[in-house]
Amino acid sequence: MDAIMLQEKLVERLLCPRVRTARQKEKQYVGFATLPNQVHRKSVKKGFDFTLMVAGESGMGKSTLVNSLFLTDLYKERKLLNAEERINQTVEIIKHTVDIEEKGVKLKLTIVDTPGFGDAVNNNECWKPITDYIDQQFEQYFRDESGLNRKNIQDNRVHCCLYFIPPFGHGLRPVDVEFMKALHEKVNIIPLIAKADCLTPNEIKKLKDRIREEIDKFGIKVYQFPECDSDEDEEFKQLDKELKECTPFAVIGSNTVVEARGQRVRGRLYPWGIVEVENQSHCDFVKLRNMLIRSHMHDLKDVTCDVHYENYRAQCIQEMTSKLAQDNRMESPIPILPLSTPDVETEKLIKLKDEELKRMQEMLNKMQQQMHDKEQ
Amino acid sequence: MSESAKPHHPSPQVKGEKTHASDFSYVGIDAILEQMRRKAMKQGFELNIMVVGQSGLGKSTLMNTLFKSKVSRKSVQPNPEERIPKTIEIKSISHDIEEKGVRMKLTVIDTPGFGDHINNENCWQPIMKFINDQYEAYLQEEININRKKRIPDSRVHCCIYFIPPTGHCLRPLDVEFMRRLSKVVNIVPVIAKADTLTLEERDFFKQTIREELRANGIDVYPQKEFDEDADDRMINDKIREMIPFAVVGSDQEYQVNGKRILGRKTKWGTIEVENIGHCEFAYLRDLLIRTHMQNIKDITGSIHYETYRVRRLNESNAHFKSQPSDQPAVQPKANGQPEVKPSAPQANGVAAKHEVMSHEM
Repeated sequence: MDAIMLQEKLVERLLCPRVRTARQKEKQYVGFATLPNQVHRKSVKKGFDFTLMVAGESGMGKSTLVNSLFLTDLYKERKLLNAEERINQTVEIIKHTVDIEEKGVKLKLTIVDTPGFGDAVNNNECWKPITDYIDQQFEQYFRDESGLNRKNIQDNRVHCCLYFIPPFGHGLRPVDVEFMKALHEKVNIIPLIAKADCLTPNEIKKLKDRIREEIDKFGIKVYQFPECDSDEDEEFKQLDKELKECTPFAVIGSNTVVEARGQRVRGRLYPWGIVEVENQSHCDFVKLRNMLIRSHMHDLKDVTCDVHYENYRAQCIQEMTSKLAQDNRMESPIPILPLSTPDVETEKLIKLKDEELKRMQEMLNKMQQQMHDKEQ
Repeated sequence: MSESAKPHHPSPQVKGEKTHASDFSYVGIDAILEQMRRKAMKQGFELNIMVVGQSGLGKSTLMNTLFKSKVSRKSVQPNPEERIPKTIEIKSISHDIEEKGVRMKLTVIDTPGFGDHINNENCWQPIMKFINDQYEAYLQEEININRKKRIPDSRVHCCIYFIPPTGHCLRPLDVEFMRRLSKVVNIVPVIAKADTLTLEERDFFKQTIREELRANGIDVYPQKEFDEDADDRMINDKIREMIPFAVVGSDQEYQVNGKRILGRKTKWGTIEVENIGHCEFAYLRDLLIRTHMQNIKDITGSIHYETYRVRRLNESNAHFKSQPSDQPAVQPKANGQPEVKPSAPQANGVAAKHEVMSHEM
């Protein structure tokens, strides 16, 4: 009721000033142009959430970059392992959640960290814990969606994965290729060149070209920026084009503030100069931040929902229906995920109960028939 | 009489030297230094350096920078492919370089494929085998009856291990490799591409590395136990406080302050390779070439090689005693690798057959 009254008030306000002058013209105006405002207001109240995964070998500057991107310090309590402890380390998944607010808009940011990835001597299948985690989140969401109470579904699905490629190599290494191939159909991958301050501008260009070539060669589907609408202005289109040609972004992060050119900026102080994180001619950090947060955050979420999650869901349903067909059970109209894979005991019980039900149904039918006969 | 026993000979009157005509006790023993120098200049020196590390850490560039000429494998190949080989290869390239009349035969041994695969287990085995093979070849030459006047020395004198500049600590692969190889060869660890670390990060990283080397019992060059005297110890202690050296390599020249220097030019400044304030390349070069080169070769010859030799001869003696003399002994090596057909030296002086390792030239 409230919403309707509000709508009417808005429409009135829009019409009012013109009431005496051009009422004829305004008769065509219905008022649903205010819908975006309503959506805006509602979402601001609800708040946004975003899950970002960072993956790469240790020492690539992942935590520093995350801190620089979101201007927080998420890793205060972290303790780094030494080499001996790392020998027996397996890949873990650690989540950090932080609530950030800016100009009244609330963001619940979850960073999924993957310590131990690529650090061992034998890194066979070191991406498996990560793919398992992503699948788990999809499964959780799938269950919640098919459940009874859908009002407060928690969306823990990973919206984006930043993959840190070391700048020391000559392109993608075998472990990079395998990781991205295992994950490109499950999550939006954005490859980054880490610690880009050890490369000269020529080297960066060569490395980027090489990486782009290899991504094409191996058929890896990284996150593609959506095409701009044709009615956007030229400046925007130009920016968009530049952005696309810059991938993969060569980034530098910093936890410290230094004095450069009379200003205090985030940067790294070397004996030969100062690297400024937010200087576009030094690295692509600003481009990454703009793309990730300022322009494409929502698109990342959309692609996760519409493409990756749907792929998972289709796969899941296909598996279930083929399993059901095998078991010779009646196909239910709405595919419902079984609560848990039933073990042998409960299977037996279910079968017994089924048979009992059948018998009772038959008895009922017989009694009904008898009564019917009696009546006649 | 002591008077007549003193030899009367004129002391060598070299221009600029102090005349010893008035010094009755001068014998002239110190002239041997001059003789040795002349001989060494005629003979020339040999140096074999092995570089080990993941691809892309700047190994070839560093070698070129160290010797100020294109000595690395990549500079010699016409079209260097940058693919990662499926198994670890060992490629050695030899060059003859000369400076101020001193000739040196420098062999750079490259190990492409190390640490680049997904599963890097036992990637140090081909390298250990290569080093031991060089020792074996030298041994066979030595125990030959008609041996050459100067045995060609293909033993690896020094192994430079490149640590990626993560800034945290050593990786398990680094520890495993260095632990095994520090027992057979002189290892000099360096932090590669050090222009990605600020000075504080660099110090912290070095400290962590030193602690981890200590904790794992890894003895890198200069080894504490081989210090000969107090002077040596003092000098080497200073070096031990500084390893691993944080190096930056470059073969491009730039103009800085009116001078032409080797460096890397970025948008925020130029890194000068030979500037001690920027990186520690100069220290590495001094260590390897200007001050400790002979010491490195000595330790390889007198300690690592001797250890190998003792072990091999013991093995073959033990085997020899337990087997009839005309059967060639096939020895399993102490570390479990099967040996490939060297025969034990026989009592009647028949020359043992020897393997000759040929290097890719």
